[in-house]
Amino acid sequence: MNRLGKVGLVIISVFFFLALFAPQLAPYDPREQTRLESGLPTEERLKPTREYFFGRDDLGRDVLSRVIYGARISMRVGMSVVLISTVIGTIIGAISGYYGGWVDRLLSGFLFNVFLPFPSILLAIAMVAFLGPGLNNLILALSVIGWVGYARLMRGQALKVREFDFATAARALGASDMRIIVLHILPNAIQPMIVQASLGMAGAVLAEASLSFLGLGVPPPAPSWGVMLNDARSFLRVAPHLLIFPGLAVMLTVMAFNFVGDGLRELLDPKQRRQ
Amino acid sequence: MRNVITALAKRLLFVAPVVWAVVTLVFLLIHIVPGDPVRNALGDNATEQQVNELKHKLGMDQTLSRQYFNYWRGVLQGDLGISLINPSDHVLEKILKRYPATIKLALAGLAFAILIAIPLGVTAGRNQGKAMDNIASVVALLGISAPGFVLGPLMVYLFAIKLNLLPVSGNFGLEYLILPAITMGAPLAAFLTRMVRSSVIEELGEDYVRTARAKGLNERQVIYKHVLKNGLIPVVTVIGLQFGVLLAGAIITEVIFSWPGIGRLTVEAINSRDYPMVQGCILMIALTYIVANLLTDFAYRLLDPRIKVE
Repeated sequence: MNRLGKVGLVIISVFFFLALFAPQLAPYDPREQTRLESGLPTEERLKPTREYFFGRDDLGRDVLSRVIYGARISMRVGMSVVLISTVIGTIIGAISGYYGGWVDRLLSGFLFNVFLPFPSILLAIAMVAFLGPGLNNLILALSVIGWVGYARLMRGQALKVREFDFATAARALGASDMRIIVLHILPNAIQPMIVQASLGMAGAVLAEASLSFLGLGVPPPAPSWGVMLNDARSFLRVAPHLLIFPGLAVMLTVMAFNFVGDGLRELLDPKQRRQ
Repeated sequence: MRNVITALAKRLLFVAPVVWAVVTLVFLLIHIVPGDPVRNALGDNATEQQVNELKHKLGMDQTLSRQYFNYWRGVLQGDLGISLINPSDHVLEKILKRYPATIKLALAGLAFAILIAIPLGVTAGRNQGKAMDNIASVVALLGISAPGFVLGPLMVYLFAIKLNLLPVSGNFGLEYLILPAITMGAPLAAFLTRMVRSSVIEELGEDYVRTARAKGLNERQVIYKHVLKNGLIPVVTVIGLQFGVLLAGAIITEVIFSWPGIGRLTVEAINSRDYPMVQGCILMIALTYIVANLLTDFAYRLLDPRIKVE
């Protein structure tokens, strides 16, 4: 993989590690409010110290611990969305491409395009607005939007592969449709799917942060990066670190998944390698 | 001229199912609300009678098909219903009051993106692999990965609070437009820079460039008179597609900068569970997106003589 892709892999590994071992790694409880030495949150009281590397927020919570726990929420949303979208997309795409005919026309002509006129973040906001905020509704909304990309890939592969001689041979030997799809078509679609999944992680992490920022994602006491960024706005004057650390976390994660996605695409498709 | 009109008619015919899908989806949104939307909006203190009265007023006590029919009739007559929270407010009226501010912001964001992307992309493309190219790539990368809700407050901190150069929020004069426009346009600027770059690289390898150089034109003329003319065609298409993303980004940008547009209206309506208002806002944003795409499609045909306006 190219250099940026490798950098991305390292960053992703770090954040996965943080997410996995958050309870062991975080120096404090992310929800625990320490007493600020009397009165209002001022720059002096909140700024990073030796005790609190990333400083504390207005309620005296440790920002480092919250950033670490925030990785859990981001990764959980990202992985759930990618997993659900991949499964739904694969099934619908395979059916559409393999069977063709009116099934294909209905699925790829209609269902694939229903959401097209909406920018995806708008659709996510709309769905969560009506379903109500919360982690599960957020995952549901992002998956409902996300599956189409995977379905398109799978359909394309299915259309191509079903015409190949080995697929005809398998059919002649009495292989069931299910067997042909799983054993012959799916392996051909895996590579582009992995690229799509990596870019999908970037999109889901970003969408989670955006919606939580708007108050539509994970409800406030939870240490979501988006929630932290929204809280930070009220204290920009006295505590810019409240913005910088979760902001960096979102940026690095999104960038890393994009790097890996681009790197993988280049690696898997030599035609796309840059001169 | 006649060609253009038939072409327009054809496009509209093509757009019709899209509009139908948008209106239908937006209509259905209120029916995915868990529980009773009217009860949710009025709160637990409202009596059964109040809830039923408002439902009747909104026509929500009718069958689904009847409601769908009514919704369509409303849309076609320019009536998007009334606010749940403040029934004297008409949804469309309120949206139209906020709409110009959003369009102003979106156009400013677009202008910012284009002003950055073309010179930066051209410079990067002409100096492929050199230092300038790498600098442009890094700038583009930062723009793509810095979400508005990080970039916006960061700029507020730097330019409004620390340096005291620009106002923090609001919409009163030109200086109020700068930070929101940059916040909104940054991802698009980054995206376009990459496109312009690869487009320029591709075009520079074409025969007509060699001809132009052989004629004795200087590099500036070659780039701006010949290469850009062709190189911008794919970029224009992308601008149309990205305009919707820009509009969706307005929601976050407007919240950050307290910009009195349709995006902030959407969030306010969501927070007060004013469902018809949210429906109206989403519908307007989606329709604007469709129109923007339609317009770019035309611009594209006009720009590229190879594609005939049919």
